[in-house]
Amino acid sequence: MSLNTLFLIILLLSIASYVYARRRAFVNAFGQTDNKRRHSLPAHYGYLLAMWCALPALALLISWKLIEPGIISNMLSSSAPTEVKAAGETAVGLYNNEIFYLADADSISQDLPAHKTAAIQRLQSLRTASKILLTLILSGVIGLSLLLGLRHVNREPRARVIVESFIQVFLVVCASIAILTTIGIVLSVLFESLRFFQQVGFIDFITGTSWSPQTAIRSDQVGSSGSFGAIPLFTGTLLISAIALIVAVPLGLMSAIYLAEYASSRARSTIKPLLEILAGIPTVVYGFFAALTVAPAMRSFGQSIGLSVSSESALAAGVVMGIMIIPFVSSLSDDVITAVPQSMRDASFGLGATQSETIRKVVFPAALPGIVSSVLLAASRAIGETMIVVMAAGLAAKLTANPLEAVTTVTVQIVTLLTGDQEFDSAKTLAAFALGLMLFVTTLLLNVIALYTVRRYREQYE
Amino acid sequence: MSSTTEIVQASLARRYKAESRFRLYGIVAISISLSFLAFLLISITYKSIPAFYETQVQLTVNLDAEKLGVGASPDIKAIKTANYSGVIKGALREQFPDVKKRKAKKELYSLVSVGAQYQLRDFILEDPSVIGTEQTIWLIADDELNGLVTAVSDVTDIGDTPTRLSEQQRGWINTLQQQDQVKTGFNYTFFSAGDSREPELAGIKAALIGSAWVLLVTFLVSFPVAVAAAIYLEEFAPTNRWTDVIEVNINNLAAVPSIVFGLLGLAVFINFFALPRSAPLIGGIVLSLMTLPTIIISSRAALKAVPPSIREAAQGLGASKVQVVFHHVLPLAMPGILTGTIIGLAQALGETAPLLMIGMVAFIVDIPQSIVDPATALPVQVFLWSDSPERAFVAKTSAAIVVLLGFLVVMNAVAVFLRKRFERRW
Repeated sequence: MSLNTLFLIILLLSIASYVYARRRAFVNAFGQTDNKRRHSLPAHYGYLLAMWCALPALALLISWKLIEPGIISNMLSSSAPTEVKAAGETAVGLYNNEIFYLADADSISQDLPAHKTAAIQRLQSLRTASKILLTLILSGVIGLSLLLGLRHVNREPRARVIVESFIQVFLVVCASIAILTTIGIVLSVLFESLRFFQQVGFIDFITGTSWSPQTAIRSDQVGSSGSFGAIPLFTGTLLISAIALIVAVPLGLMSAIYLAEYASSRARSTIKPLLEILAGIPTVVYGFFAALTVAPAMRSFGQSIGLSVSSESALAAGVVMGIMIIPFVSSLSDDVITAVPQSMRDASFGLGATQSETIRKVVFPAALPGIVSSVLLAASRAIGETMIVVMAAGLAAKLTANPLEAVTTVTVQIVTLLTGDQEFDSAKTLAAFALGLMLFVTTLLLNVIALYTVRRYREQYE
Repeated sequence: MSSTTEIVQASLARRYKAESRFRLYGIVAISISLSFLAFLLISITYKSIPAFYETQVQLTVNLDAEKLGVGASPDIKAIKTANYSGVIKGALREQFPDVKKRKAKKELYSLVSVGAQYQLRDFILEDPSVIGTEQTIWLIADDELNGLVTAVSDVTDIGDTPTRLSEQQRGWINTLQQQDQVKTGFNYTFFSAGDSREPELAGIKAALIGSAWVLLVTFLVSFPVAVAAAIYLEEFAPTNRWTDVIEVNINNLAAVPSIVFGLLGLAVFINFFALPRSAPLIGGIVLSLMTLPTIIISSRAALKAVPPSIREAAQGLGASKVQVVFHHVLPLAMPGILTGTIIGLAQALGETAPLLMIGMVAFIVDIPQSIVDPATALPVQVFLWSDSPERAFVAKTSAAIVVLLGFLVVMNAVAVFLRKRFERRW
């Protein structure tokens, strides 16, 4: 039976067990002579039996589907022709992939070698066997768990306690998924990075000034030694982020100050959401705009005043990115400026200061920690931003501080290294994970510092 | 008067000027930001206009069985493989009999899209009895022709409108126009076709359906998990180290670059669990991990806004802790939670980078039928088209962006409506 049918059967059985147990609770109150003295609501007995019915079956189904492909391909490779086996593990993997592809294809071409046709048939029979086995085991498990569940429901009057404690366990598990995600990120990038650093030294990676990730396809190829010095990528990222911040910080900060201190509440309630639209526009749209409108405009403007501007200049990508992160600066800055106690402003006015003097000499210094952390968050956003730079910045890793030239960034390189057809174990792909690790650590540090600063700042005034 | 007052008086004019200057900076900053926003939206909308039009050319085609290369009573297979492009070329030659040179003929043929032959094929498949007759039908024109006729009213006098069409080609177009053999209408192909290398045949349907599958998976995974996590943190969690760790984690995850989630998806789901590449299933899971923090944070705010008196009243009537939460607090917080969820999903809809990492960046012509079929998503389609050299793809890209932004606007409007309509202030 197909996966969907199995799911549907489990669902229907669970609903049936819910209805059955709930009705029984009404009828005989599970051993209590008086229906009023029943410990839990009838629905709780229904939930309990439905849980018994569904959970073991679902657990079996999911783990089966996770393990099945591995076992089948193992059995398939054990029956691969000897000359394929002799060629090593990669060849066996490729052979397997081909068989999987052929088996899924609509029509099998006639002129396949006999061993491949045999392998396809073997794969198909393995899959059928797996389906039958799964259906059998699953019906056994459901039958057994229903029996156990009925016994449990009959003997356990306090169904509510059990159902509710199960719900609580579910809630804890869901809350822990955030931690699992973080662990997953750290492990996946760390593990692959370590394999990369076995091939390319860590010191070479973070101090090398030449980046050309071309590894050899054949060992006798010219220029086969790829060099993985990440300094040009780091400087490129820093250059573009710096341009973005130069655009975003003054604009965002002045907008925040105006909105918090000068604007009427009506103006504020229309302008603030409008500014936040800037952060809601997908980054791929900014990328398209930067590559197609801003970069050519800058190029022709540069030519008209006698400057040579690259068509993929860091300036175009940086400026557009800066516009995108304005709301990150302005929203948080607005919050912290509004949080500065009114008494401090009143004291300053009382001494005869004008409003702008109050803002510059009293409110701004008081809100400075919060403003700094908003800038840090915006910087982390700029460093990790991908689509704008992929579309508008260049690919050539150049070590330069000239904003009119094309530079490349860490995120651009991750995308270029991983979107081509690559063998997963090559230094080229692993390098992407090493870059990802650097990116993750940097943004994490910036975030932690920013969040810590904001937290301390809030505590100071609240 | 005392000297202090004099000093103050003397500096007042300067200080007032500084005051108004400072105020002006704020206004200028806001205007720059907003005018950039307006410029962005207007320029993209303007560029997208040609993509919403489709130009067709009327030709009289001679569906002679011999010219089609099929027998007198052909079966379906023969019809499917007949020589349609030859017939169309013949019709063009008949239309302009004085075109003789090889190069000129080639230019003439390029006025009609390569997709016209499939149009003609479908026309015959619908009613095979037309074989052997002469038919006058509308066929899709080339993208350059479409771009030009939507841009200028008179194709012989185009000023400096960029085009690849030669003067001779424009002359033919003019002739056709004068005989009312060119019509321009709404581009339905754009909404009903998958990707194509030919701009006039390319559509966003495959990408739209792909995005819908991805969003469905994202919603099914992230909504229950995020609401459960928010309920735990807000209602059940004891104040201890573990809870603290979870909270810090969620805040940090909210600021992890999206591409890192893509790396996670690649390493864990594709390489470790060997799930299918390019599938909306993985895209959805990765995006839901990314949107979890957004939904958790807004759900917690919504739960927190429910006053404690509700909880106390329910508990006073004998409800258990779980019953209090699921029967009373959660329904009251639902509008806020849904608002946060929609905003999270809108974010996920616009996300591109993680999808590139897990291979949803393929050339997809067929409409994906399930969550494990290879698919692409709308923003990825924008990215793919933006790389194409044909000028007409600029319009297509802009049009895809307009559609994407349209969906985002609708989603956010629904969120705002929910908040305004259902959110209660206690």
